[in-house]
Amino acid sequence: MFVSLLAFTACSSTGDTDEGADTAQNGSGSGSTNTATSSPASGGGQLTQEEIRAQSALRQTVFYFEFDIAEFKPADRDTLAYHARDLAANPNKRIRLEGHADERGTREYNLALGERRANGILNYLIVNGAARSQIEVVSYGEERPAQSGQMESAYSRNRRVEIVAR
Amino acid sequence: MNIRAFLVLTCLWSACAQAELSIQITQGVDNPIPIAIVPFAWEGDGVLSEDVDQIVMDDLQQVGEFRALSPGNMLSLPNEEREVFFRDWRVLAQDYLLVGKISRAPGSQLVQVQYEFFDINRELKLAGEILTGSVTQLRDIGHEISNVVFELVTGTRGAFTTQILYIVSEQSAGGQTVFRLEKADYDGQRAQVLLESNEPIMSPSWSPNGEDIAYVSFETSLPRIYTQNIATGQRRQITNYPNINSSPVWSPDGTRLAMVLSKDGSPDIYVQDLLNNELIRVTDHPAIDTEPAWSKDGRSIVFMSDRTGQPQIYQMEVGASSFNVERLTYDCFQCMKGQFLPDGVNMVHVRRETRQSPNYQIAVLNIETLRVITLTDTSLDESPSVAPNGSMIMYATKFGGRGVLDAVSIDGRVKFRLPSSTGDVREPAWSPFFN
Repeated sequence: MFVSLLAFTACSSTGDTDEGADTAQNGSGSGSTNTATSSPASGGGQLTQEEIRAQSALRQTVFYFEFDIAEFKPADRDTLAYHARDLAANPNKRIRLEGHADERGTREYNLALGERRANGILNYLIVNGAARSQIEVVSYGEERPAQSGQMESAYSRNRRVEIVAR
Repeated sequence: MNIRAFLVLTCLWSACAQAELSIQITQGVDNPIPIAIVPFAWEGDGVLSEDVDQIVMDDLQQVGEFRALSPGNMLSLPNEEREVFFRDWRVLAQDYLLVGKISRAPGSQLVQVQYEFFDINRELKLAGEILTGSVTQLRDIGHEISNVVFELVTGTRGAFTTQILYIVSEQSAGGQTVFRLEKADYDGQRAQVLLESNEPIMSPSWSPNGEDIAYVSFETSLPRIYTQNIATGQRRQITNYPNINSSPVWSPDGTRLAMVLSKDGSPDIYVQDLLNNELIRVTDHPAIDTEPAWSKDGRSIVFMSDRTGQPQIYQMEVGASSFNVERLTYDCFQCMKGQFLPDGVNMVHVRRETRQSPNYQIAVLNIETLRVITLTDTSLDESPSVAPNGSMIMYATKFGGRGVLDAVSIDGRVKFRLPSSTGDVREPAWSPFFN
């Protein structure tokens, strides 16, 4: 009866099975936006227009979404195509697509919405040449906001998918 | 008089107390029941760490039905029956009187709390007993007395000895976000950390006997479901399916976990047997199906789906054809996170009325009369969790830019808040009765 609720081992259970939790996650969720392929462009050679465009596209690793919308913005299509071609050209490269939502709506729905956003980009990358095995998808829902606050300026920064190098 | 013994356990409460929450009553009823709670006499040496009569007063006042008389206005300060003169309380228009005293239990380190509870108008003693325990259990004894008083007056079982789980996220000094799963008394006191991680923790839920909990942890960098025994701290990873593993909820008989898995493309509801790990798929739809909650009989599951374009609440039997789905909500832009109250007729949920008003509020829908009562008037309310006696709903909201926990009575008349001193607090899960 009453007694049983007092029988805890206080504080003893902090992360027992959890060996990997403290290891760095390759900058996951911490806003590491620059994962550009640092090919030694400064090696003296002249870059073509196309190479410059590709490098600039690969530097964009965060893609923002409208409220309650899972499709990425049409303006991001070209940039994502460069990411897809980069993956196709570098079969050993592995990335993670991290989907996020703003805090409006329930947490479980936002977890699902973050995955739907990331899957939209996943499919587009595959259609444009990336291999499924190169890409891991994870949704954080509203659990890892890029910016806190209850205003649209924060919300719009939180509705995003991040490409993170693995 | 019946004497109840308390097990003595040396538990380092203070060492574990994290965010000490203090109660703030934000809204009360119009005609609360007047009750006089006389300060309990302490007949031992030194000063007691807990104020038992104050604990009872806080309990009864924050659920709203009672208004306690200020001790400064009392005409006498009785501590036991022979000192009680009903006339003193009738002139003060009190309906009920609680008196008591605390003393050292002879020959031990324990203390005993003797209390007596009276109906003033009928000049009748309704209850009286001696509760014995360690000094650290005085708070439990206070809540136990509140349970007795509450049930005698309202006819409803008191939930003052229940507990809550919730999640806290906080920026550490290094700028990293730390996530904690905590357990506390229903009023937020005596918080303990059950799990701490640098990765998100979500969706805590209780087993029906209150001995185990389930939750989602991203500690492997992916969302996976774990169970944890409260007494031993023993953890078990329950799932490792591709993609989302979330929303674990125990079946009423404690043998199965309902959950959300997106291993087959989109999030669907599944049920996993905890003994043989057999997995049953419940929903099968390319839209998002999530937020499962069991019906009382354990035969069907209420869930949210955006299959019509926006989130609405549905119900279906476990094992039924996926075409055999009943839609429960219609007249809202978004209705989410449905869960039946103990009466099986009223369903609490999160409600966004129209596309134009971006407010998420806690509401109750009677599925027979279709009457909707909206209980809250703030705009980012979510994660409603019902007290096991069905009297109050705790939920997460925002106050001053931070996540806090609020509770509201089932009729919307009474509200109280558990403000934490640090971090964002959310996802309350109210425990079942422990006995």
